[in-house]
Amino acid sequence: MPKVTIDGQTIDVPAGTTILQAARMIGGDIVPPAMCYYSKLKTSGGYCRTCIVQVSQGSTADPRPMPKPVASCRTNVMDGMVVKNITSPEVLEARAGVVEFLLLNHPLDCPICDQAGECHLQDLGYEHGKADTRYEFERRTFEKIDIGNYIQLHMTRCILCYRCVKVADQLTDGRVHGVINRGEVSEISTYIQNAIDNDLSGNMIDVCPVGALTDKTFRFKNRVWFTKPADANCTCTKCTGKVRLWFKGDEILRVTARKDEYGEVVDWICNECRFKKRKLSDWVIEGPAKVNRHSVISQNHYESLRAIQFDTRLQTAVLNGHKSKLGEGPLNPNNL
Amino acid sequence: MGKKLLLDKVGVAGIQKYDVYRREGGYAAVEKALKALTPEIILDEVKKSGLRGRGGAGFPTGMKWSFLAKPPGVPRHLVCNADESEPGTFKDRYLMEKLPHLLIEGMITSSFALGANTSYIYIRGEYAYIYKILETAIQEAYKAGWLGKNILGTGYDLDLYMQIGAGAYICGEETALLESLEGKRGNPRIKPPFPAIAGLWGRPTVVNNVETLMAVVPIINFGGEAYSKIGIGRSTGTKLISASGHINKPGVYEIDLGLPVEEFIYSQEYCGGILGGRKMKAVVAGGSSVPILPTELILRTAKGEPRLMTYESLGDGGFATGTMLGSGGFIVMDESTSIVKNLYTFSRFYHHESCGQCSPCREGTGWMEKILHKVLSGHGTLRDIDLLWDIQQKIDGKTICPLGEAAAWPVASAIRHFRSEFEDFVKNPQSIQDVKHYYRLTGEKA
Repeated sequence: MPKVTIDGQTIDVPAGTTILQAARMIGGDIVPPAMCYYSKLKTSGGYCRTCIVQVSQGSTADPRPMPKPVASCRTNVMDGMVVKNITSPEVLEARAGVVEFLLLNHPLDCPICDQAGECHLQDLGYEHGKADTRYEFERRTFEKIDIGNYIQLHMTRCILCYRCVKVADQLTDGRVHGVINRGEVSEISTYIQNAIDNDLSGNMIDVCPVGALTDKTFRFKNRVWFTKPADANCTCTKCTGKVRLWFKGDEILRVTARKDEYGEVVDWICNECRFKKRKLSDWVIEGPAKVNRHSVISQNHYESLRAIQFDTRLQTAVLNGHKSKLGEGPLNPNNL
Repeated sequence: MGKKLLLDKVGVAGIQKYDVYRREGGYAAVEKALKALTPEIILDEVKKSGLRGRGGAGFPTGMKWSFLAKPPGVPRHLVCNADESEPGTFKDRYLMEKLPHLLIEGMITSSFALGANTSYIYIRGEYAYIYKILETAIQEAYKAGWLGKNILGTGYDLDLYMQIGAGAYICGEETALLESLEGKRGNPRIKPPFPAIAGLWGRPTVVNNVETLMAVVPIINFGGEAYSKIGIGRSTGTKLISASGHINKPGVYEIDLGLPVEEFIYSQEYCGGILGGRKMKAVVAGGSSVPILPTELILRTAKGEPRLMTYESLGDGGFATGTMLGSGGFIVMDESTSIVKNLYTFSRFYHHESCGQCSPCREGTGWMEKILHKVLSGHGTLRDIDLLWDIQQKIDGKTICPLGEAAAWPVASAIRHFRSEFEDFVKNPQSIQDVKHYYRLTGEKA
């Protein structure tokens, strides 16, 4: 089994593992961000360049460093490979450059974008980008294209990760979805505005890292952080029926597939489950979905801060000697 | 003047026709290779010759061939890259137009050496008229028994097909070329796997430039040993140079590698000096994507040695003071040229030709073009020059294919060697309209 060292942490991985997968096996801060790579879609990855890392030793057999940074999602590990990700200032600088490129023509219309709150580009910009842009020209825009009743395409927000193209290629039959034009003006499109009418096309919404493909049935209904996710299942002949429901009160506003910690879909779901089943009686609810604590969706989902407030010693330690902003007011648990 | 290897018969009337070509000793290499040599011997001869890829990268051809995977039962392919689109390079066009049978001869020999039974020529869309010339030549070769089943009774079969591109620069990149040849969108593939392992339709494939495949013919005729005697060090053989720009005799020249750059520019045999007796300002030595060099650095290296037309000498000093031989697109600029305007032209080209697959190139090339446009419209600031430098650094080496680098290097070298011109445009926007602004910079009179 090849042994690979990433940022000083060594792991044995099966042959054929990519650097990114090996980093995910180790976990933590050293996992490179990925905007286009999707472990469940074949041949995805390599396009966005956010996951680039430095290989400072190619392998035990050939210890030369690789001359250029490599895309960790498409580079297989070799035995004795030494990789630098967050320990390499060049990588961090290059990644900040990639984030700047990705945001260059992005409209930054987050306040009216349905993806806001669960957008990978937001997270990426927040974690790896710079506060300011140096771009001072007009951002590129596209003609709006209607791609059917269920999916909304906002080409201006697209970062051309090709994930939806791979979904169209690999999950659905009869590909009518692809990339047209070249270079800066290339765009995701369905040829001659063909409607996407097959059972799994809705998964494009889930794989889209930005707000380029959104759910028309959920459009402008609510901000995601005001909705509460719950895992549910149903008996479905077309898919596994394992979904995530997004509630506002008792109302199901949206149905998506379940996603893992890297934002990847666990089981593909069919369009019927996604768009049609909106009654509580359609579903067997399993329980609340786990939400990453760093996500805005977790707002008000965790009550543990109250527990901290009850323990004044812990409170002082957490707040570093500062007084709680709740102060002497009625909300202070000490007064309750 | 060295002995011409590829262009020696180019002056013969009707050499495009099979009969004339055969009468002049054509197809001797195929006869020799198929009847007297084995694929191993041919590979050995090519290795001995020291031939390096003439498309731009200069990778040793023999080594490239030896990397070709040979799994049993899987067909292998040879693909000729005739998608010559690098601005400033037009040697393949000349070669194919004048000597179509030489390419076919080189392809038969090389295909035999590689064990390929189906080979392809992928030709640039703009070369439609050459497509007709080559197609005629291929039909003639089929009729004369050089292509098809059981060539020369040796039991070796070869089919040669042509595919015409749709005019995309990116399809000159070998994996994008293969995608295009397969009928898909011409986007570069992510390497590895390299084409030698999984190329056309996932089969082992060798992609070679037109000139490289033609050079195999003299190597077989005269032997690899004799070929390697031409040139200096690891730069062996002859190379075709497409000379253009402000010179008295622009055109395609076959030179022995190792010719001093100064002799190439000023001798009557080649470029014949600078147009109108003016002073030379800069040279792009190997097609638009290689770094531009000012006169003092193109004629002499930083160490003061005379610069030679070899892969090593032109690359001497790295990108700080050197450049590359590249594809041999030799663009000479005289003192009246504005480097900034020229760079804008290059950047516009790379922006237009970027395939849009990976983000640094897709977004960065357009950004650089817009900044250069801003500088040229008189609204530039000094910060824009630093910004350009930073953008090219963030593209260079971060992309899937070399187009990103090809777009970044001209920007980097222009700023490195001609920063004062950028600053002049920023500080004196009125000088942009002044064609002869260089004279004001140096205090000379126009």
